[in-house]
Amino acid sequence: MNRKLSVLLFSRKAWVFPYVAFAALFIVLPLLLIVGFAFTDETGAFTFENFSNFFAQSEAIHIFVYSIGIAIVTTVFCILLGYPAAWILSQSDMNRSQTLVMLFILPMWVNILVRTLATVALFDFLRIPLGEGALIFGMVYNFIPFMIYPIYNTLQKMDKGYIEAAQDLGAAPWQVFLKVVLPLSLPGIVSGIMMVFMPTISTFAIAEILTLNNIKLFGTTIQENINNSMWNYGAALSLIMLLFIGITSIFNSDDKEHSNEGGGLW
Amino acid sequence: MQTENYIIEINQITKVFGEKTVLDDISLKIKRGEFVTILGPSGCGKTTLLRLIAGFHAPTAGNISINGEDITLVPPHKRPVNTVFQRYALFPHLNVYDNIAFGLKLKKLTKQQIDRKIKASLRMVGMIDYEDRDVDSLSGGQQQRVAIARAIVNEPEMLLLDEPLAALDLKMRKDMQLELKEMHKNLGITFVYVTHDQEEALILSDTVVVMSEGKIQQIGSPTDIYNEPINAFVANFIGDSNLFDGLMLRDKQVRFCGVDFECVDEGFGEGVPVDVVVRPEDLYIFPTSDAAQLTGTVQSCLFKGVHYEMTVLYNDYEILVQDYHPYQPGQEVGLIIKPADIHIMRKERMANVFAGKIVDDRHVEFLGRTFECPAISGVEAGTTVRVEVPFNGITLQANEEDGTLVGEVQSILYKGDHYHLNVLSDWDEQVYVDTNDVWDNGDRVGIRVVGEKIKILTP
Repeated sequence: MNRKLSVLLFSRKAWVFPYVAFAALFIVLPLLLIVGFAFTDETGAFTFENFSNFFAQSEAIHIFVYSIGIAIVTTVFCILLGYPAAWILSQSDMNRSQTLVMLFILPMWVNILVRTLATVALFDFLRIPLGEGALIFGMVYNFIPFMIYPIYNTLQKMDKGYIEAAQDLGAAPWQVFLKVVLPLSLPGIVSGIMMVFMPTISTFAIAEILTLNNIKLFGTTIQENINNSMWNYGAALSLIMLLFIGITSIFNSDDKEHSNEGGGLW
Repeated sequence: MQTENYIIEINQITKVFGEKTVLDDISLKIKRGEFVTILGPSGCGKTTLLRLIAGFHAPTAGNISINGEDITLVPPHKRPVNTVFQRYALFPHLNVYDNIAFGLKLKKLTKQQIDRKIKASLRMVGMIDYEDRDVDSLSGGQQQRVAIARAIVNEPEMLLLDEPLAALDLKMRKDMQLELKEMHKNLGITFVYVTHDQEEALILSDTVVVMSEGKIQQIGSPTDIYNEPINAFVANFIGDSNLFDGLMLRDKQVRFCGVDFECVDEGFGEGVPVDVVVRPEDLYIFPTSDAAQLTGTVQSCLFKGVHYEMTVLYNDYEILVQDYHPYQPGQEVGLIIKPADIHIMRKERMANVFAGKIVDDRHVEFLGRTFECPAISGVEAGTTVRVEVPFNGITLQANEEDGTLVGEVQSILYKGDHYHLNVLSDWDEQVYVDTNDVWDNGDRVGIRVVGEKIKILTP
C-alpha cells in the first residue's frame, strides 16, 4: 500500500467520512429536497404558490395554530408534572433514584404506537370518550420522560451548597425553591421544553389514534398531503414547521450560552 | 449571671452519621464578641460542629442554645447566624449586588435601606465597584470577599466561617487574615472560624478549640495552646515540636532520651510514663562543652529565613533545634534545655486495651479475630476479658494480606526515635502502634499482633 493512502486511511480524519456521507445522504439531501419541492409545482417550475396556498387557507392556518396550542398545553403539563417528579428523584438517595429513573424511562422501551394503542384500550375500558382530552393525556404520557430527565439532571448536579447558603441567609423552604432552585434549574427546564415542544408539534400518530382521526394536527396534515402525493404542498408545510421549530430553538440557545450546564439530553 | 456573657452554649453534642461518630460529647461555650477558632486535622469533626451551629444538621444527642434560647431544632433560616462557606456558594444566577441583597430582600427592607447596607458591606470588604459583576467573572479572592459581604450585611450576631481562606494562595491568605481580624474588631460580633491551619488559628483567634477525632482536645488562648499543650496530639499539631516518651521520676524530675532532666512540673506521681514536649526554639545549641546536657551531631541544617532549623542526632534520638546561628552537618554540638521549657503531659494511654473473649486456654478473641496468646489458666472459654497489647506488641505490614486484619493509618506522632501511629482497624477500633518504619497518613496496612505480648486482664 502506498504511504499516502495508508495515512489517509488511518488518520483520524478518515473516520469521519462515513458520518459525513450518512449525514449528506439522509439529512442534508432530504432537506434540500424539501426546499426544492416546496418552491416548485407539480411540473417542477419555480413557484411560491404552495406557500400562498397555505396562507390563503384559513383551515390550514387554524390547524397550525391549534397544533402549537396543543404542543404548548402538553409542554406546560409536562413541566407541571415532570418538575416535581424530577425533584423527588434528585432528592432520593442514589440507589433508589436509579430505580425510579429506570421506572420512568422503562415505558420508552415500548414502541410509541403500541403505547398509544394501549392508551386507547385503557380509555375504552374506563369508558372515557376519546378526543382532545385523550390527545393531551397521550401526548403528556409519551413525552413526559423527556421533560423529567433533563430537569432531574440539572437538579442532581446542582451544588447543595446553594440551597444551604439560601437557608443560611434566611430563606424559608419555599423561598429557597423560588429564588434559588428554580432559577438554577432553568437550563434543565429549557432542555425539557425543547425535547417536548418540538416533537409534539409534528406528531400525527398519537393524534390520529387517540382522537379517532377527529382532531387534525399539523403533522397529520403534512402526512396526509404527502400520502396523497401532494408532495409540493406537503414539503412547503414541512418547511414552515421546520422554520418555526428553528426559530424557537434559536430563541432557546440564547439562554443556554449563559448557563454552562444545559444538563439535558440535548 | 454568668450565662449572659455567652452567646452560644453547646451542651454534650454527639453526632453520628450512619455508623460513624463524628462528634463525641462536645461541650463548648463561646463568649459574645469573641473570635473563636475550631482547629483540627481534616475529618476531626470541626466542620460538622459548625454545621450544627448553622442548623444544617441536627445533633444525635445534646443541645445548642444561642442567647440562652434552645435552638437545637430551629431550622437554619431562623437562626441569628450567617455562614461564609468554604466554597463560597455564591449564587451563579445573581450578580454581586443581588447576591449580597439576597438576605436583605427576604427581610423586606426598603430599596434604599438595602442599597445603603450593600454599599457599606462592599466598602468593608473592599469591593466597591464590583456591584454589577457576574460572580463567575471574579477571582477566588474576590468571590471570598463577596461571600463575606453577603454574610455580614445581614448583621448576624455570630458569623460562622468554614475554612474561608483554604482555596486562596499564600499571599492572598495572609492579607485576608489581617482583614478578617480587622473586620472582627470593627463589627464587634462573634466569629466562629473553622480551619486546619494552626498558624492561622494562632494569628486570628482569641480562643482556639483544638479538635481531634470528634473530641475537643484543648480550649485556650493561642499562647496557652502553644506553650502548655495538654497532650501529645495538641503539641504536635500546633507548631513544630520535639515529642518524646518520658518517665516522671519524681516531682520536678523527668527522664527522656535516656537522660534525667530537671523540670517544673509536679503531681504526676513517681515512675509514671509521660509525654514530653520541647519546642525547637527552646533548645540552646552551642559547640560541644561540659555544660551540655546532651551532646550530639548535627545532621542537617536548613535556612528558614529568620532562623536555621537543624536536626541533631543524639544516640538514636533526632532532635529538632531552631537557632539564629547555623551549625554545619557533622559538627558536634551540645544542647541544654531549661527546666521551664520542658512541657510534660499525661499520656492518654499506656497500651492498647481491647474488649475480648477467651476462646480456649491458648487463644483469645478481640478486634473481631482470634489470636494465639500466652497460656491462660483458670479462665473459662467464653469469658469476656480485657486484653492489653503494648504499643510495640503490634506490627504493621505493607501488604494488607500479611496482617490478621486491615487498617488505615490515621495519625502519626514522631517521638524522636520512633513513630507513634494511630491506626483505625476495619473492625472500627483504634489500634495504637509504636514503630520505626515510616508510614503515611491514609496508608492501608495489615495489622499483626505479637502473640507473646498479649496480656489478659481477667475481669
